Amino acid sequence: MIETLTAMKTTRLHTVDFMQPSTDQPQPLAPAFAVKNLSMWYGANEAIKNVTIDIPAKRVTAIIGPSGCGKSTFLRGLNRLHELVPRTRVNGDVLFAGQNLYGPDVDPALIRRRIGMVFQKSNPFPTMSIAENVLVGLKLNGVRDRTLLNERLEKSLRMAALWSEVKDDLRKPGISLSGGQQQRLCIARAIAIEPEVLLMDEPASALDPIATMKIEELITELKANYTIVIVTHNMQQASRCSDFTAFFYMGELIEFANTAKIFSNPTRRQTEDYITGRFG
Amino acid sequence: MSGSANHQFRKATSLIASLLCSIAALLVIVPLGLIFFYLLQSGLSSLNLAFFTHLPKPVGEPGGGMANAIVGSGQLLALASLIGVPVGVLGGVYLAEYGTARANASLRFVADVLNGVPSIIWGVVVYGLVVLPFKSFSAYAGGLALGCMMIPLIMRTTEEVLLLVPGGYREAALALGISHWKTIVHIVMKTASKGIVTGVLLALARIAGETAPLLFTAFGNRFWNRSLSEPIAALPLQIFTYAISPYDDWHRQAWAGALVLVAMIFLINLLVRFLARGRAARVT
Repeated sequence: MIETLTAMKTTRLHTVDFMQPSTDQPQPLAPAFAVKNLSMWYGANEAIKNVTIDIPAKRVTAIIGPSGCGKSTFLRGLNRLHELVPRTRVNGDVLFAGQNLYGPDVDPALIRRRIGMVFQKSNPFPTMSIAENVLVGLKLNGVRDRTLLNERLEKSLRMAALWSEVKDDLRKPGISLSGGQQQRLCIARAIAIEPEVLLMDEPASALDPIATMKIEELITELKANYTIVIVTHNMQQASRCSDFTAFFYMGELIEFANTAKIFSNPTRRQTEDYITGRFG
Repeated sequence: MSGSANHQFRKATSLIASLLCSIAALLVIVPLGLIFFYLLQSGLSSLNLAFFTHLPKPVGEPGGGMANAIVGSGQLLALASLIGVPVGVLGGVYLAEYGTARANASLRFVADVLNGVPSIIWGVVVYGLVVLPFKSFSAYAGGLALGCMMIPLIMRTTEEVLLLVPGGYREAALALGISHWKTIVHIVMKTASKGIVTGVLLALARIAGETAPLLFTAFGNRFWNRSLSEPIAALPLQIFTYAISPYDDWHRQAWAGALVLVAMIFLINLLVRFLARGRAARVT
């Protein structure tokens, strides 16, 4: 943990290029991810084209763009989950806390313990209780200490704003919960292993407005401790709960800036067209 | 109008088609009913406690049972499972989780061909590979022949149920930094466990009545089997021997044995139905 933090501090304190978020807001210490010239292919199809972006630590970065623009692919490139799809290929670097995720000696499983993920469709494991779902990451990664597990169970569920709703039903199946609760259970499961980053792939798109609001509140609370990258189709959501916004179109990063700037005064024409609903 | 004639024609065709389907459905059910009825009629009268607890009596002596054959069948099925279940399940895991498209295509083809190999061929192969070199029929040889028959069956059903597990669960587990193998065992296989067990039971039901592969491997035995490297009795073998014998008393025992065998297979299938229903209920 300590070497991670020092590593984060020593990497690229302030690189200035046009993709940097503009400086009218306080800059974070160091980027959580420094992505350099990243291209990603599915077979012959180039889904991400030469993207360079610094994703700030302990902030919420929203990724917006029309369907098929590569948002989810990019997100999965940050924890190498896209590799589940056969015939994927990556070019370029993703530095996470100074370490290249695509380096030759990097074990994706170890990286993913530090980079949690929440999916569009809530996916609690159907064979497991609520408690087992939260603790599965710890248990299968070898944690046996009962006290630690119990502490982490309550802490994670509290952070996911689910504790008061389920504390008496911890042994019930995870899939017995409502859709919104299931998604918060998945967030609790992701933060139980105490990652540094939370990647969220349209975490509220399958939820009703009230459940969505709870998830958004949660994101705002979690950013004190986590770097959050959230892919969303919902521009109101991006403007409500993110600090920075990246606009992707056709696999390219078109614009990246403070959320306020993107939504009030975008630099690029395509961004403006998209957020004003002229296409996408 | 021609439209109306056309309509009449369609109605007639539809009626004929549904009639043919109903007849076919009936033809599926009737033999099972007949088999059960006939077995009950012929076998039930010879079925008594002694049948389950006694050894066969010598020719001419009334009574006796097939206790050794019932236990022998159990031992053979256990031996077969020791070979068939691990190889079949792990092969299914390979197909569903590891194999490349090309490797899978050839593996599936081989499994399907193996599935179609006549059971007596398995008997002959194991005879050549095991019985001849060790110069003895044995329970091991019988178990191996049956186990080999289980492998392709279990492999394909395991593959199918593993592929039914939504990819979202794999992603969720891998995203937690859980290794690929642990994800497969603790998440994917656990989710599909009922389906895997169902596949194993179906394979057991399929081989429980096999006689041909046991003819030159397990061989049969009129006494208790003392060692797995010696010939062993099996229910289908005993039925075969008794049924082709010239003695009325043995014929009656063969009927009783057949009834017990069918009842066993029927029970396994009922268990499968029960498990499968539980799985369907969980998905919804």
